[in-house]
Amino acid sequence: MDMSAMKLTVGPVLFNWPADRWRDFYARLADEAPVDRVVLGETVCSKRAPFYEACVAPAAERLARAGKEVVLSSLALVTLPRERAALADLVANQDHAVEINDIAALRYMEAGRAFSVGPLVNVYNESTLDFLARKGATAVCLPPELPFASVAPIAAFARGRGVCAEIWAYGRTPLAISGRCYHARVHKLSKDSCQFVCEQDLDGLDVRTLDDMDFLAINGVQTMSWNYACLIGDIEALALADVDALRLSPHSGDFVAVTEIFRRRLNGEISAAAGFERLRALQPDVEFSDGFLAGPTGATPLGGVPA
Amino acid sequence: MSAPLELVCPAGTPAALRSAVKAGAHTVYCGFADETNARNFPGLNFSRAEMEEAIAFAHGRGAKVFVAVNTFPRAGAERLWRAAVSDAQALGADAVILADLGLLDHTARAHPDLRIHLSVQAAAANADAIEVYAREFGVKRVVLPRVLTVQEIAAINRDTKVETEVFVFGGLCVMAEGRCSLSSYATGQSPNMNGVCSPASHVEYRQEGDALVARLGGFLIHRSPADAPAPYPTLCKGRFSAGGVEGHLFEDPVSLDAANLIPLLADAGVRALKIEGRQRSRAYTEAVVRSFRRAVDAHARGLPIEAAGLAALSEGQETTAGAYRKTWR
Repeated sequence: MDMSAMKLTVGPVLFNWPADRWRDFYARLADEAPVDRVVLGETVCSKRAPFYEACVAPAAERLARAGKEVVLSSLALVTLPRERAALADLVANQDHAVEINDIAALRYMEAGRAFSVGPLVNVYNESTLDFLARKGATAVCLPPELPFASVAPIAAFARGRGVCAEIWAYGRTPLAISGRCYHARVHKLSKDSCQFVCEQDLDGLDVRTLDDMDFLAINGVQTMSWNYACLIGDIEALALADVDALRLSPHSGDFVAVTEIFRRRLNGEISAAAGFERLRALQPDVEFSDGFLAGPTGATPLGGVPA
Repeated sequence: MSAPLELVCPAGTPAALRSAVKAGAHTVYCGFADETNARNFPGLNFSRAEMEEAIAFAHGRGAKVFVAVNTFPRAGAERLWRAAVSDAQALGADAVILADLGLLDHTARAHPDLRIHLSVQAAAANADAIEVYAREFGVKRVVLPRVLTVQEIAAINRDTKVETEVFVFGGLCVMAEGRCSLSSYATGQSPNMNGVCSPASHVEYRQEGDALVARLGGFLIHRSPADAPAPYPTLCKGRFSAGGVEGHLFEDPVSLDAANLIPLLADAGVRALKIEGRQRSRAYTEAVVRSFRRAVDAHARGLPIEAAGLAALSEGQETTAGAYRKTWR
C-alpha cells in the first residue's frame, strides 16, 4: 500500500501558549517540519487571542514561504458580539484560506469560496459532507469520535466529491466545549476574571479520578482526553479507505520530531511498530490511543506495538 | 394579558404523553424507539403505532407533538433517520426536531411542508448560526444550547426572527450539546451517535469500605459515604482531581430550575420553554408540567410566579439557574 500521497496537516495550537513560544513553534515548523498544511489561529478561547494576534500574520507568511498551505482557524464556540465580529472578519478576508469550526461562519462565506471544515463541526455522514461540499468545503477534518466503520464510507464519499478527508491522528483529543471555563473553576476563578491561568499548562491540566487513574485534561473551556490519539498503526487501513490527510495536533516537546516520524512512516521508510516506538521514546510519559477509531472506547490505550 | 409562553414537555412513553397533555402541556416532544433520537434508553420511546395514537390523543386535546430525530445519522445508514422524519410527517407530527446538517438538508428538500425545529444538539449558540439554519433549511425555531446567559438570549432574539426555545427544568448539560464526546471516550456510546450519555449499561456500583463507589466505563465518578445520596454517575457531574484540587471540576450534581427566570426569559423574546426528561417517570412529568403551566399562565396574566414545590422532584439535588446567570461561567 502506497501511503506517500497522504498529506500531513498540523492543526492549530489548542493550548494557551505564551506569545514567544507560539511564535517560535511556527518558525520552527516553517523551517523544519515535513508537513503539507498548517492550520493556525485561536480555536478554543477568544480571550487568549490578543496575546499573540500580532504573531499570526508573520507566522502565516513564513509558513507560506516555506511551501506550506496555510489555513486560519475559526473559534469553536461563538457567543459574544466581538466573537461574531471576529468570525465575520476572518471569513470576509480573502487573503487566506479559512477553516470553520462553527456553522455561523457560513453566514459570511461568499458563495463559491473554498473553505476547510474543522474537527469541531459535526460531520457524521455522507449527506452532511455533501451539503458542506456544495457550500464550498474542499477539506473536512472528521470528528475525532468517529469509528472506522463511519470514517470509511465518509472518506470514500469525500473522494468521489473531490473533498479532502482528514482524520485526527495525533495529540490530545478535544472532547467537549463549554461556556464555562474549567481552568478558572479549578483555580476558584470565573471565566470573566480568569487571570489566564490556563497558560500554566502547556498541554492542558491533567484530571484524575479519585482512585488516581489518569482520565481527562482541562484546556480552559475545552475538555480533552488525557491520552494522546495516535493513529500511526492505522495509516495503511486509512489510506486504503480513501482518507487523504492526517491531522497532527501540536503539543510541547519536540513536535517537529513527531511530524518527521509520521512523514517517514508515510514514505514507507519505517514500519508502524518502529514509528510507534519512536513516538513513545519521544514522549515516555504519554499514553497513546486509537480507541475512537478502532474501539471499544476513546480511552482504550494502545498496547505495546500496534497491529 | 399576553399570549402565554409555549410549554414544551417531555414524554418517554405514551402514558407520559397523556399525563403531560392532561397536566397542561401545550406541546409534547418525543421520539421513536431507536437510535434516531437523543434519549435512546431501554424501554423508552414510541413505536410507529404508538406515535400515531399519541398524536391523535394530543391533537384531540389541542396539544401539539414534536418528534425529535436529533442524533447524527450513522454513515451508510442514513435511511433509518430519513424514515423517522418521513414517518413523523405521515403520522401527523407538528414539527420535527433535527440536528444533523445532512438530515436537515434532506428534510428541507423532501418534506418542504414539514415544520423544522433545530435541536439543542446542533448547538446553534449565536444569531449567525441560527440564520444559516433558517436560510439553508427554513428552520422555524431553534432550541438554544444551555451555555448562554439571559442577556445573550435577548441579543440573539434581537438579531433573528427565528423563534427560540430554552430549557427551564431538568438535567443540565454543562458542555455545548451535540459537541461532547465525553461519554464515548469512557464508554464508546455517545449522545451524537447512539442517543445516550453515560449509559447505565456501563455503570458499575460497588461497596468499598463505608462508601458506595460508582464507576462509568471503569472510571470512578462518585464515591458516596453511606449516609449521603448517591447520584447517578453522569460523567460531567463527577468528582475528580486536578492541580491539587478535588471536587466537582465540571459541574456539581445539580439540575436546572429556571422557573424564577420565566419573566426575564419572556422579556428576552423567548417563544417556548422546554422541560428536559423524557427518561423520567410519568408522575414526575405530570408534576413538573402542572407546576410550569401554572407559572406560565400566571406570567401571562401579569401575576408573580410561585416557583416553589419542585425541589423534591430534582432527585434531592440542588438546583441551579445554570448558564442563564453569568456567574455560572
